[in-house]
Amino acid sequence: MSAQSEESARTKLKIDQVSKNFGGVKAVTQVSLDVPEGTIFSIIGPNGAGKTTLLNMVSGFYHPDEGSILLDSQDVTRRKPNERARLGIARTFQNIALFQGLSVLENLMLGRHVHMTSGVLASFLYWGPAQREEVVHRRRVEEIIDFLKLADLRQQPAGELAYGLRKRVELGRALAVDPTLLLLDEPMAGMNQEEKEEMVRYVLDVNEEFGTTIVLIEHDMGVVMDISDYVAVLDQGEKIAEGVPDAVRADPTVIEAYLGADHE
Amino acid sequence: MFHRESGYYKTTYKADMALFRLPIGKVAVGAIAVIFFIICPMIFDEYYLSIINIAAIAVIGALGLNILLGYTGQISIGHAAFMSVGAYTAANMAVSFGWPFWLTVPAGGCMAALIGTIVGMPSLRVKGLYLAIATLAAQFIIEWVLNHTPAISGGIQASIEMPRPVFFGRTLETQAELYFFILPVCVLAIVATLNLVRSRIGRAFIAIRDQDIAAEIIGINVYRYKLLAFAISSFYAGVCGVMYTYYFGIANYEAFQLPISIDYLAMCIIGGLGSVLGSIFGAVFVTLLPIAIRIFMENVGVFFVDGVYLAQVIAQMRLILFGGLIILFLVVEPDGLNKLWQNIRNYFRIWPFSY
Repeated sequence: MSAQSEESARTKLKIDQVSKNFGGVKAVTQVSLDVPEGTIFSIIGPNGAGKTTLLNMVSGFYHPDEGSILLDSQDVTRRKPNERARLGIARTFQNIALFQGLSVLENLMLGRHVHMTSGVLASFLYWGPAQREEVVHRRRVEEIIDFLKLADLRQQPAGELAYGLRKRVELGRALAVDPTLLLLDEPMAGMNQEEKEEMVRYVLDVNEEFGTTIVLIEHDMGVVMDISDYVAVLDQGEKIAEGVPDAVRADPTVIEAYLGADHE
Repeated sequence: MFHRESGYYKTTYKADMALFRLPIGKVAVGAIAVIFFIICPMIFDEYYLSIINIAAIAVIGALGLNILLGYTGQISIGHAAFMSVGAYTAANMAVSFGWPFWLTVPAGGCMAALIGTIVGMPSLRVKGLYLAIATLAAQFIIEWVLNHTPAISGGIQASIEMPRPVFFGRTLETQAELYFFILPVCVLAIVATLNLVRSRIGRAFIAIRDQDIAAEIIGINVYRYKLLAFAISSFYAGVCGVMYTYYFGIANYEAFQLPISIDYLAMCIIGGLGSVLGSIFGAVFVTLLPIAIRIFMENVGVFFVDGVYLAQVIAQMRLILFGGLIILFLVVEPDGLNKLWQNIRNYFRIWPFSY
């Protein structure tokens, strides 16, 4: 939805001929994707199509068996997940992975980890550089808390929040990294209509306000077709279609994958 | 009411992140400081001060283990061995080079940190029970090496006599003098831990404990931080060992065997995992337990047990009660003494309108 006109030339994320096998199972086979900067790029497909595997390779959790992954034309295929966070990749998880024992605020402060530098000695002393750094980053975290309307939950333990709120806190933690590429793995799964609408609003706001490139995995077709600039369809580990939402919706192979060949 | 949040507005992030978010915190800590630094040494005799000394030393070790176990979620059954590393390092430095305590204490800590980091390396690949076994192996290996290397352990029964600490030309001999040596180190350890766990490094530790995958995704180098947790934790253990050595006047590996490792694990569990206050509660509790049992048995137990067996019964009772308590805490209150304290505090926070 966002203005990709002037930026569309630049490729934010390039997935080049990537494959991944687990034993004999071909999870992802020779998939290539170009995600233009500043866009919302959705990956859809039936269960077991390899969407999450693909996302895991982008965030560095798996390494592809073949092919390469480029972020801003820089090859990150062999980089570890924590190094990729430094390069500006952040993500949320399908099954929420918050730090249960910590408050919402501390969860978000952890998102600032890569931007902070206090070492062991500074932490032991605290008063001085470490405290100044905490305050600086607290300010940024408070901006995100305002943005996601989490102010009243600040001090709540993350593990005690309702499902929809935990999803939102996880988005907040990813935003605290100040990512340039945000990977969202089913951010709206298990939500009711109202919560979905709210989450869609946040995703669009992130894209528009911060210009963050977003790669989205989602099952709700209505949402995907409404907010995506581009859609790619995976089926059984292979990319079967790619393009703007309307073109993908009309693609016969996509209809076949979703509804079966003999639907007529 | 000065123990409630209402009415205290924090207008800066600094105030919101302070150690004491309410004035009562400062008052309470001030009062405790007065009690321990002024009143205790005035009213207590040598015996009671020696108990506080032992407890204060245990607090240092328990804090260290809790950083690893409670905050980072990595287990170590070799902490007593790290203490012995600190103890022998300090003893050797003090005897061979005549180093004063302000050099031997950090030296012992650093050497223990080094060994602890090496022992912690399996944590990069294994978790839970497997890590427990790996660190258990370290406990025995270190014990064996100390026992069989006269160059380190002094030769005769693997013990080194430790000179008394000297403070500005004054040799600290009595319990009261040692008290003022041990307590400040203990306070330093407590403050440092409080600071650590509320800053960047401590948060990263907790992140690894709660969700190591998510921790890595948001940019924490999990391997490095696990090793760092082992290093910091065993530094505390090393300092704890040095303090024991100064206290007892001798470095001997027999004071740092497997049961001591278990004792420290018990302190963390009974006190409360992932809590600084819990480490203090646990250390004090576990230190006082055998003393309480002995006093109880000497006064009440004599009516049931023949005097000849009394000493034996006391020793056995300690083990029985100890095991029983760990089970009790794990079942009834897994969050330990700290949780009980929290409950009391929360009760009074809203008292008398507790609905």
